[in-house]
Amino acid sequence: MLKDITLGQHFPGNSVLHRLDAMIKIILSMLYLVLIFLVKGFVGYGLLAIFVFCIILLSTVPIKFVLKGLKPLLIFIIFTAILNLFMTSGTVIWQWSFLKLTYEGIYFAVFMILRIVFLVLGTSLLTYTTSPIALTDGIERFLTPFAKIGAPTHELAMMMSIALRFIPTLLEETDKIMKAQMARGADFESGNLIKRARALIPLLVPLFISAFRRADELAIAMECRCYQGGKNRTRLNVVKVGKIDIIASLVFLLCAAVILTANLAG
Amino acid sequence: MIKTEKLTFNYSGEQPNVLKDIDIEIKNGEFVAVLGHNGSGKSTLAKHFNAILLPVGGTVYANGINTKDESRLYDIRRAIGMVFQNPDNQIVATIVEEDVAFAPENLGVPTAEIRETVDWALDTVGMTEYKQHAPHLLSGGQKQRIAIAGVLAMKPKCIVLDEPTAMLDPIGRKEVMDTLMHLNSKNAMTIVLITHNMDEAVNADRVIIISDGEIVKDAPPHIVFSDVDEIKALGLDVPQVTELMYELRKAGLDVPSGVITIEDAYKALSEVAG
Ligand SMILES: Nc1ncnc2c1ncn2[C@@H]1O[C@H](COP(=O)(O)OP(=O)(O)O)[C@@H](O)[C@H]1O
Ligand SMILES: [Mg+2]
Repeated sequence: MLKDITLGQHFPGNSVLHRLDAMIKIILSMLYLVLIFLVKGFVGYGLLAIFVFCIILLSTVPIKFVLKGLKPLLIFIIFTAILNLFMTSGTVIWQWSFLKLTYEGIYFAVFMILRIVFLVLGTSLLTYTTSPIALTDGIERFLTPFAKIGAPTHELAMMMSIALRFIPTLLEETDKIMKAQMARGADFESGNLIKRARALIPLLVPLFISAFRRADELAIAMECRCYQGGKNRTRLNVVKVGKIDIIASLVFLLCAAVILTANLAG
Repeated sequence: MIKTEKLTFNYSGEQPNVLKDIDIEIKNGEFVAVLGHNGSGKSTLAKHFNAILLPVGGTVYANGINTKDESRLYDIRRAIGMVFQNPDNQIVATIVEEDVAFAPENLGVPTAEIRETVDWALDTVGMTEYKQHAPHLLSGGQKQRIAIAGVLAMKPKCIVLDEPTAMLDPIGRKEVMDTLMHLNSKNAMTIVLITHNMDEAVNADRVIIISDGEIVKDAPPHIVFSDVDEIKALGLDVPQVTELMYELRKAGLDVPSGVITIEDAYKALSEVAG
């Protein structure tokens, strides 16, 4: 049952977006974030909406699936909207004791909602179209320049990929321990919160002990295979930025330029 | 290939030594099985072969290099590969071929050469068709073959395996044993196999039995298993055929001792039957 959890929310496919190099996708996503915060006014947001819609279509990820990513943030969005609605000073439209609904408030609330929605839609497309492995690799290459100033980029990437490697193993183990404890009468599903949390202790203790033992054995196995950190390391798969990545970047920059110009004019 | 001289070792100073005056020499191309009950020091001994542990007393030479020579640590590690019991805890990457590439990547081998080595290693263990798979979805025997391929990718002279079949089902065991026999006969790979399974040990050229950190037997399997009472006194079993012949002999049948293969047993029994 635990095995069914999808991690990283990857949606496999073969669209242009899937085939783009992960590092390029990370950089473009960052530029996209900047773009969202530069855009003001309805013309800008209208164009941005069209842009995001086109990208979602291009990704072949079902729109319903993409919109689902907004669900956990719904409360946060509503909260921010209400805060903006009533806490912005300006021309008062309607007032009830200390609550003031202002024209500016409505304006800011709408834009805040749009910003968050665009932000979530755009960035979730990054994880939907990039496998966790490619993402890790992309992050490592993205951070490479920082290694020169002593940042532990190789270690970070190694940690991420080992975590990815062991998540299924540990999930499987959790499942096994849970079943073993249930067979002995453990009850993980009933009772109040405290009772349930306490029921987890006999699950977590063996899980942690086993995880430490695994870590120990893995460390020795890695030493046996001549692991010596990131220095002088070569790679089996050297990813090169290809034609498609350059074209995608140019198209993105062009769209961004159009949106920003329209934004200034509008 | 591997030579120990008066090797002694203990984990924390005081206690009785875990290894006591061990002298062994493993020659190029040999297939050696190491037996011994739990806690007799087999894993500790194995870890001396590629300088994971260093002797407290005596010397270990791996591929002719003293394991105390720190400057040649990686020459030792790449010459003597090591495979462990739990395949899950030695696979590093999320894709089979990337895992096999781990060692050559660490050694700074050029990319094109890594590709070639990885393909060769996967082909040697018969796992080529799984090269793009996620390791956690494979069977135990397949995972252990990936682990062997990962070690092969260093192009070692010798592979030391510490109970590689202990967690596997009979099919997985056979896969791993077939792979090892193939490596030994076709690639002239030196194999040191630590095992609990006597039926695996009979495949070896030589069996070493270790008890409480001392070597008590070091001979070809048919000689080691000829004294069944002595083996049992050491807390070990004998191969199934040997056990059968032993019981028959006890029952008064005139069959020879030291029979370790089914063919030999068949021959001996046919003679008795006339
Ligand atoms: N990391 C360790 N620290 C302390 N003692 C250990 C350690 N590993 C093994 N031992 C002890 O060394 C002895 C030999 O263990 P080991 O080499 O694992 O035996 P085997 O592999 O034959 O079962 C045992 O008594 C064990 O308790
Ligand atoms: Mg052991």
